[in-house]
Amino acid sequence: MQADGAPTKITQGARTKGGIGESTLRPDGTLKVTGEFAYSSDMWHEDMLWGQILRSTVAHAEIVSIDTGEALATPGVHAVMTYDDLPTDVTHYGLEIQDTPVLAHGKVRHHGEPVALVAADHPETARRAAAKIKVEYRELPVITDEASATAPDAVLVHENRHDLPQSQLRSTGGTPVAGHVPHPNIVHRQPIVRGDADEAARRADVIVKGEYTFGMQDQAFLGPESGLAVPEEDGGVHLYIATQWLHSDLRQIAPVLGLPEEKVRMTLAGVGGAFGGREDLSMQIHACLLALRTGKPVKIVYNRFESFFGHVHRHPAKLSYEHGATRDGKLTHMRCRIVLDGGAYASASPAVVGNASSLSVGPYAVDHVDIEALALYTNNPPCGAMRGFGAVQACFAYEAQMDKLAKKLGMDPVEFRRLNAMEQGTLMPTGQPVDSPAPVAELLRRVKAMPLPPERQWESSEGPDVRQLPGGLSNTTHGEGVVRGVGYAVGIKNVGFSEGFDDYSTARVRMEVVGGEPVATVHTAMAEVGQGGVTVHAQIARTELGVTRVTINPADTRVGSAGSTSASRQTYVTGGAVKNACELVREKVLAIGRRKFGSHHPAWATAELLLESGKVVTDGGEILADLADVLEDEAVEIEAEWRHRPTEAFDRRTGQGNGHVQYSFAAHRAVVEVDTELGLVKVVELACAQDVGKALNPLSVVGQIQGGTTQGLGMAVMEEIIVDPKTAKVRNPSFTDYLIPTILDTPTIPVDVLELADDHAPYGLRGVGEAPTLSSTPAVLAAIRDATGLELDRTPVRPEHLTGTA
Amino acid sequence: MDFLRPASWDEALAAKAEHPTAVPIAGGTDVMVEINFDRRRPEYLLDLNRVADLYEWEVGTDTVRLGASVPYSKIMESLRAELPGLALASHTVASPQIRNRGGVGGNLGTASPAGDAHPALLAAGAEVEVASAARGTRLIPIDEFYTGVKRNALRPDELIRAVHVKKADGPQQYAKVGTRNAMVIAVCAFGLALHPGTRTVRTGIGSAAPTPVRATAAEEFLAAALEEGGFWDNGKIITPAAAKRFADLCAAACNPIDDVRGTASYRRHAVGVMARRTLTWTWESYRGARRTTEGAA
Repeated sequence: MQADGAPTKITQGARTKGGIGESTLRPDGTLKVTGEFAYSSDMWHEDMLWGQILRSTVAHAEIVSIDTGEALATPGVHAVMTYDDLPTDVTHYGLEIQDTPVLAHGKVRHHGEPVALVAADHPETARRAAAKIKVEYRELPVITDEASATAPDAVLVHENRHDLPQSQLRSTGGTPVAGHVPHPNIVHRQPIVRGDADEAARRADVIVKGEYTFGMQDQAFLGPESGLAVPEEDGGVHLYIATQWLHSDLRQIAPVLGLPEEKVRMTLAGVGGAFGGREDLSMQIHACLLALRTGKPVKIVYNRFESFFGHVHRHPAKLSYEHGATRDGKLTHMRCRIVLDGGAYASASPAVVGNASSLSVGPYAVDHVDIEALALYTNNPPCGAMRGFGAVQACFAYEAQMDKLAKKLGMDPVEFRRLNAMEQGTLMPTGQPVDSPAPVAELLRRVKAMPLPPERQWESSEGPDVRQLPGGLSNTTHGEGVVRGVGYAVGIKNVGFSEGFDDYSTARVRMEVVGGEPVATVHTAMAEVGQGGVTVHAQIARTELGVTRVTINPADTRVGSAGSTSASRQTYVTGGAVKNACELVREKVLAIGRRKFGSHHPAWATAELLLESGKVVTDGGEILADLADVLEDEAVEIEAEWRHRPTEAFDRRTGQGNGHVQYSFAAHRAVVEVDTELGLVKVVELACAQDVGKALNPLSVVGQIQGGTTQGLGMAVMEEIIVDPKTAKVRNPSFTDYLIPTILDTPTIPVDVLELADDHAPYGLRGVGEAPTLSSTPAVLAAIRDATGLELDRTPVRPEHLTGTA
Repeated sequence: MDFLRPASWDEALAAKAEHPTAVPIAGGTDVMVEINFDRRRPEYLLDLNRVADLYEWEVGTDTVRLGASVPYSKIMESLRAELPGLALASHTVASPQIRNRGGVGGNLGTASPAGDAHPALLAAGAEVEVASAARGTRLIPIDEFYTGVKRNALRPDELIRAVHVKKADGPQQYAKVGTRNAMVIAVCAFGLALHPGTRTVRTGIGSAAPTPVRATAAEEFLAAALEEGGFWDNGKIITPAAAKRFADLCAAACNPIDDVRGTASYRRHAVGVMARRTLTWTWESYRGARRTTEGAA
């Protein structure tokens, strides 16, 4: 019915209790808070074995030999597997490029790469047996940055790339290879050219340049990777797994196992957060391999240390920017070059490059741009999806540029941004028009208008309250050296999968009468990772079907793909699919009603009919029948796919194309207090204004905005995976030294939610989850610059950077 | 791994004598991390959780005898007046859960330069009470306790029974730098105690040298400056130049390294800043207390 993605004309409204627009509570909320929720790591099966992965201790090396003898001979060990034991010739997987070995073959390319598997009757036995596997490495020089990746004598991280034309496979030396990547150690490259930046630069009265560094952030979800693979009688396997996209996993798992997809059943297990870190496979194939090899259920649970090696991280980046502006503050042009470190395997790097390039201008109207973004192959940890996905790195840089320009022009940084803010109708650098509200200037106005938190809040009659000061309970200052700063930032994030991807979702909705009451059952494969889809789907079903009781079935692969829980897309796309399936069910229910009762009342034929509060009503509010009477013993069930508007690929050379589905905008004002002598930062407040189109669940929306804001704060002042540039080894794989904000680091986060409908989207909604992660980091950095007067061209900023002791 | 569970202090000493390689475990906040990360696989774990004596403290006329297992949360609640420096340090230990489990005995046993209690114990001038089945009890002055990176003066058959800390005879302060506002391992830490009774000053520096250290040159400089100017009696404000000199000498007492938590250069700098600030806070407090006393007299 809505296959073209156009919004439905009939709106059910919100007259059924618990429908859209209400802050209904999460079904799993109390369980999670009280510790009773079953996460994937809590699963148990009679007779199960524990899987353990042996990982490389070096970043780049040839594997000379692997001796598994002693491990196999360990009592309690049921299986040891290496690359040689893989059952088929499909030995690699990957989201976009199948370059990731299930188990290392001949070579390891990053620290912590899986080399061998063990299954044993106890996790400690498995761990000890894995430690007995002897792997002899012959170390290779490490590629760690653009210079080492593209040096004339650079070792190729992937010596036989399958995703490139043969002509590009030769090693460097001489002229760069033509095509979309200039070197085989570059995964993907996307230039975007629009207008004439050279000519426009000549009209600029001021030009500002900057070189920025963005560190490697971890998703740091609290539930480490885990799952349970149970062999089945038909020779298949049932995998219970915490993931972001069941069907994407399935597509990658089945060929490696040599099984048809229908013999690999997947059920979503309790997910303890994701943030992009579960888009790639982790232990899925390993658990299935061990289960099929041993004929027993196999559980694998990473500990925190292993988790740091078990998923991709946010791409660290080097960004070079040049902006020009006229004396009266209008941007003339922008040139930038964004180099993302993709690490050893491709993961989502191509799509991250697409985002970084197409969103590199930010939410500003700039007609003349010259953009290049690329991702490297290196021996650093693989990087891929994380909340904000390529847009985060760019936002950090362009917002720093905006402040520099405003300063150089002597303008207020918010007014300068507002003067150049994009609006509905503005063309993206890709030439794509922004065809729904883009209230960038309004969001900035709103955050600026919020009252500022009072100064010197630490002062009290009993002396300083150190909890309110930089350093907190560590008692480093009683006010000495503390300077307040205020900073602003705004960002733009695309919603949904871009660049021509067939980004559909599927929903199955059933309606029947149970115990005299109409009940809707919603079944999708949507991964609930904490975003609140389970809440929203029930709300949509209530609104569309006029029922109060809705059952949300567990997500599994017995229903079609829901696409990924990422890219801020699930409420839009799977929410859209649920809405669509509900509408189809509603039509059928009304058809049954017309058949049964049509002769009783003329309105059955003439009026616009709605389902509300268990009844069929006319749009005038007249009750025609009880749903219980309409349905009786009949159940109506429909499964249907739903698609948003199609997108196009970006032109490889010019970057032009209608590549994005929708945009999401958020603005932040950060208020910080910096101990300028010790370089310690207290974020006092992070105010956010965001346009969400339509808040289906206002409480969840605010929660998403506060969560994204906090994750951005972490990136501003503490979160960074530190990789040794000499060895490419990770130096801080633990929560002891990879710090994430505690509640004492988390400021007040006032949120101003705008609801300007996007007419292309279900209910006019806009994806919410990522945009606040973009602008939070640069706003904090801007505030620290305001307090200290320092340039600060990297994030996270550490005390050394604020005290000249780096 | 064998798990030894003595029910009393004497049983614990006997077990340690029999198995000198046994690793004592009380709150487990250090030992379990080592075991979980597989950095350490001791042959024996000696569980001290049943030894009730270790959870007790006695406040004497001059000294507090603090059982090795008294958790940091108890120190914060019950010994703020007697041991203000150590109470402040206890506040900075990890999270509430860890503060409910961990005690000073663990910090001393591990002897990591990053242990939060060390600078406060150094500044207060503590003594560590250790015992063995064979030789009985001895007191080790804190200045002689730390012998190397994660090494201490304990003999293989000895266990830490308690720490004796003089009750504060003057203001004490403690500050710790970490890169977040709670639950963080020290980048560096500083403890300072004024001892008006002896007209001395003691310091303690954490995480800025291979062991916890005192800044003795700084202490001597400050004691001399205070004495010379009659400051203890006249309660004058310490000059910025003297405070700066004290801070520089504290920074100079550091011998830090670059690591993931911070640079050596930052650590030296931060110790200097903390030294200057804690000196100001303690001295202001001393002057204030003096004025109050005078007013009362």
